[in-house]
Amino acid sequence: MATVTPSPKVNYIGLPIVDYRGGKSTLCAGCGHNAISERIVDALFEMGVDPERVMKMSGIGCSSKTPAYFLSRSHSFNGVHGRMPATATGAILANHTLTTIGVSGDGDTASIGMGQFVHLMRRNLPMIYIIEDNGVYGLTKGQFSATADLGSKLKTGVVNDLPAIDTCALAIQLGATFVGRSFSGDKKQLLSMLKAGLAHKGTVLLDVISPCVTFNDHEGSTKSYKFMQENDDPINEIGFVPSFEEIAVDYNSGEVYEVEMHDGSNLRLRKLHEDYDPTDKANAVRTLMEAQTNGEILTGVFYINTEQPTFIDLLNVVDQPLGTLPESVTRPSKQAFDALMAELK
Amino acid sequence: MATVDPALSEKQGEFVTRARVINDFSINVATVNGSGSQSANSVLLKSIFGMGVPVSGKNLFPSNIAGQPTWFLIRASKHGYVARKRDSEILVAMNPETASADVQSLPPGGVVIYEESLNLAQARDDVSFYPVPFDKITATICPIVKLRKLVRNMVYVGVVAQLLAIELDVVESSLRQQFSKKQKVFDMNLGAVKAGFDYAQANITKLDPFFIERMNLTAGRIIIEGNDACAMGAVFAGVTVIAWYPITPSTSVIEATAALLKKLRVTPEGKATFAVIQAEDELAAIGMVLGAGWAGARSMTATSGPGMSLMSEFCGLGYYAEIPGVIINVQRTGPATGMPTRTQQADLLSAAFLSHGDTKHPILLPGSVKECFELTMAAFDLAERMQTPVFVLSDTDMGMNHWMSDPFDYPEKPLDRGKVLSAADVERLDGFARYRDVDGDAIGWRTLPGTKHPKAAYFTRGSGHNDAAKYTENPDEYQAVMDRLARKFENARNWVPAPVVVKDGTSKIGFLAYGTTDCALRESFDQIKQRYGKDADYLRLRAYPFAQAVHDFVASHERVYVVEQNRDAQLASLLKLDLPASQVTKLRSILHYNGLPVDAESITEQFANQEGL
Repeated sequence: MATVTPSPKVNYIGLPIVDYRGGKSTLCAGCGHNAISERIVDALFEMGVDPERVMKMSGIGCSSKTPAYFLSRSHSFNGVHGRMPATATGAILANHTLTTIGVSGDGDTASIGMGQFVHLMRRNLPMIYIIEDNGVYGLTKGQFSATADLGSKLKTGVVNDLPAIDTCALAIQLGATFVGRSFSGDKKQLLSMLKAGLAHKGTVLLDVISPCVTFNDHEGSTKSYKFMQENDDPINEIGFVPSFEEIAVDYNSGEVYEVEMHDGSNLRLRKLHEDYDPTDKANAVRTLMEAQTNGEILTGVFYINTEQPTFIDLLNVVDQPLGTLPESVTRPSKQAFDALMAELK
Repeated sequence: MATVDPALSEKQGEFVTRARVINDFSINVATVNGSGSQSANSVLLKSIFGMGVPVSGKNLFPSNIAGQPTWFLIRASKHGYVARKRDSEILVAMNPETASADVQSLPPGGVVIYEESLNLAQARDDVSFYPVPFDKITATICPIVKLRKLVRNMVYVGVVAQLLAIELDVVESSLRQQFSKKQKVFDMNLGAVKAGFDYAQANITKLDPFFIERMNLTAGRIIIEGNDACAMGAVFAGVTVIAWYPITPSTSVIEATAALLKKLRVTPEGKATFAVIQAEDELAAIGMVLGAGWAGARSMTATSGPGMSLMSEFCGLGYYAEIPGVIINVQRTGPATGMPTRTQQADLLSAAFLSHGDTKHPILLPGSVKECFELTMAAFDLAERMQTPVFVLSDTDMGMNHWMSDPFDYPEKPLDRGKVLSAADVERLDGFARYRDVDGDAIGWRTLPGTKHPKAAYFTRGSGHNDAAKYTENPDEYQAVMDRLARKFENARNWVPAPVVVKDGTSKIGFLAYGTTDCALRESFDQIKQRYGKDADYLRLRAYPFAQAVHDFVASHERVYVVEQNRDAQLASLLKLDLPASQVTKLRSILHYNGLPVDAESITEQFANQEGL
């Protein structure tokens, strides 16, 4: 494996960051999604994930276009609207040895894709599911989505009179085992969260507030850069040390919630809210519901569970990818066939 | 047909001179669903099979869990006819709700075996009535009250066996097969059969002419339901990922597949070489199938009409992005919810063009349980070869009824995994263009996620793309891909299973049909010959797109009857789109679409009408 001498220009597996880049973005200049694509590149580079062992899955919408803008060396599947969870599930069943990154939007997830979203969370399928959340439909020019906050205003002056769906609270309740919210403008937090997500075994749901500069970045929007800069209230500060780096102890243990990750990485969540325990499911949901009631925008890692078996564990499948098992394994013998025939006579 | 031989009874003069009817009649068992009659009917059917007599079963059941009327038709036919027979001569009336109407449906000379308290004997004077105190007999042999409902059905098996002269040993061995692993259940049921048999022997004077006599026409043959045969096909095609949503009448395809996989595809270490996932709906099921197919798995789903409608959008993606997957549609009676437990062949057109835009899909059409096995296997090869979703269209009659068959053959041909480039191939070629037709067959080469080469990846999308899988809105690039897809579909005429020329003599009249229509049509040919002295040729279709042989068959006949089980002549419509204009006017339709499996008489009558016979 990694015998390459570390140098500033290559990562843990000896690749330069250029090997993680994608095509040129066609999204609007300043779109939050572009920043998220950059953080994905950084995270995979810093974690030393082999780009040829990544699957990028997406649905339809501005967010779902972004897999073209990072990791050109990875296979990508841009499917149909709201159905990324299904294609991702199938692809993971066919090859559970790869790292799977799903990118979706708030419309793609919380409206048309809600049925599939909840079931993916419930299965705890090993993948990172990123919602690039701007509260509006961009490609159809600015209709509210289901994550738009109650009372937020469109440019046209239309006020949203329905409550927002909190995808993080839902995901926690349904069975996702790593749930966090970040802001595309918070480089450090988002990068740490993505890196920790890559180390997690199970479904990682990251709702990333990602302002739409064209349709939802004005006064009265709760998904604008300005609003987020003023109201972002991190519940914890994320420190992540990958398994291949040495852990330096530089904190007071009472202030930090420490999690040993599946791959040996170390996740340290410095408590910013008094006694917030990210392993307490009911408390996590309650905290999010209270924040929504109070109009607060919490970010950080809300919930983590490193014990829960994944769907792949439950299926108890062989270690090799199912998709490339040879015929000698997948076609039963003539002897088995003859026995079946005999039973039918 | 019946051999001339005096019937047994001398008590009632009218029956004395009636000929014996041997191995050529149908039994209608009328019960209430959820009463466990399925096992009893299965034992009865397999007993006739065990007597060496060709037999078929048709379960006409309601869309309901328990308490509604259900009928099971068992046909014994020395001629080997296995289609539904329009009339049943023998009625086992176990359902008080329908008993009167069931009695009225019998042809003159028929037989009624019934629970004596129903007092049916006054209903008609041209049929024989055999009252049996089922409740009393059951109470004597089954002390456990809650089991009586189930055991009661085995009593009629004994009664029918005695009346038809089916050997008790044969019934016992069918029973043993049915309850192979449950000795206690076997004992109790055998007791019930014997009690019915003994009662009939001691108390019923046989007045009817119907008998089962030993033949030697079933030796070496098997009995299987179409859905179980599809399941075997999937397993021996090496399926690895199955995603599905339960829907009648396809559910048992997946249940049977899963059972076989658990039996045959677990490693010595106890690890599964397959994944079965019950999806949240059919949209998800087909999405998972395509996700898995994209990542290299042999993936499939099974569904029926409403589920297939939900799969529409994804099937368009599968077609355009060129992703393999197998969809087994066990057709039921539409439109909408329709009659979920009844049969039809009415999803052909929607399967052929499922999804918006210029989309078309290959469809395989099994005409027997053996072909359910073979064509399901073929569907996996074709899907991976063509890199596209492939449909297998079965139906309720095929899928959920018992059919005799020659044993299936173990596949000799290795799996065709299609055009997949390895990392070494990509290295040798120094990259590749995913959708470029480099071989002239209109099929590009693909790579699988995880292929260890910097140039192995490509971007799969349902949006406009060029032959290098790059996004495009360029008119020429878009159209080039669409034209190649059309060529690929055209080429598939030669890749799909060829049609079967069943009869090609010198007749000016041709017939085209597929699937379960085949068995009724074959019987109809004999009726047409006997009644009108006419011969007709017959080509059985096994796939869409149609092979050149289908065009040739139409071209070589003056008029061609297309027989199918739907209202709108869907197969004929599809043929009309495909045939040259000069041939289209030759097509005539014979249709059956009331939810019952088509019978020979219906075909013969419509043919005679249209021919003016």
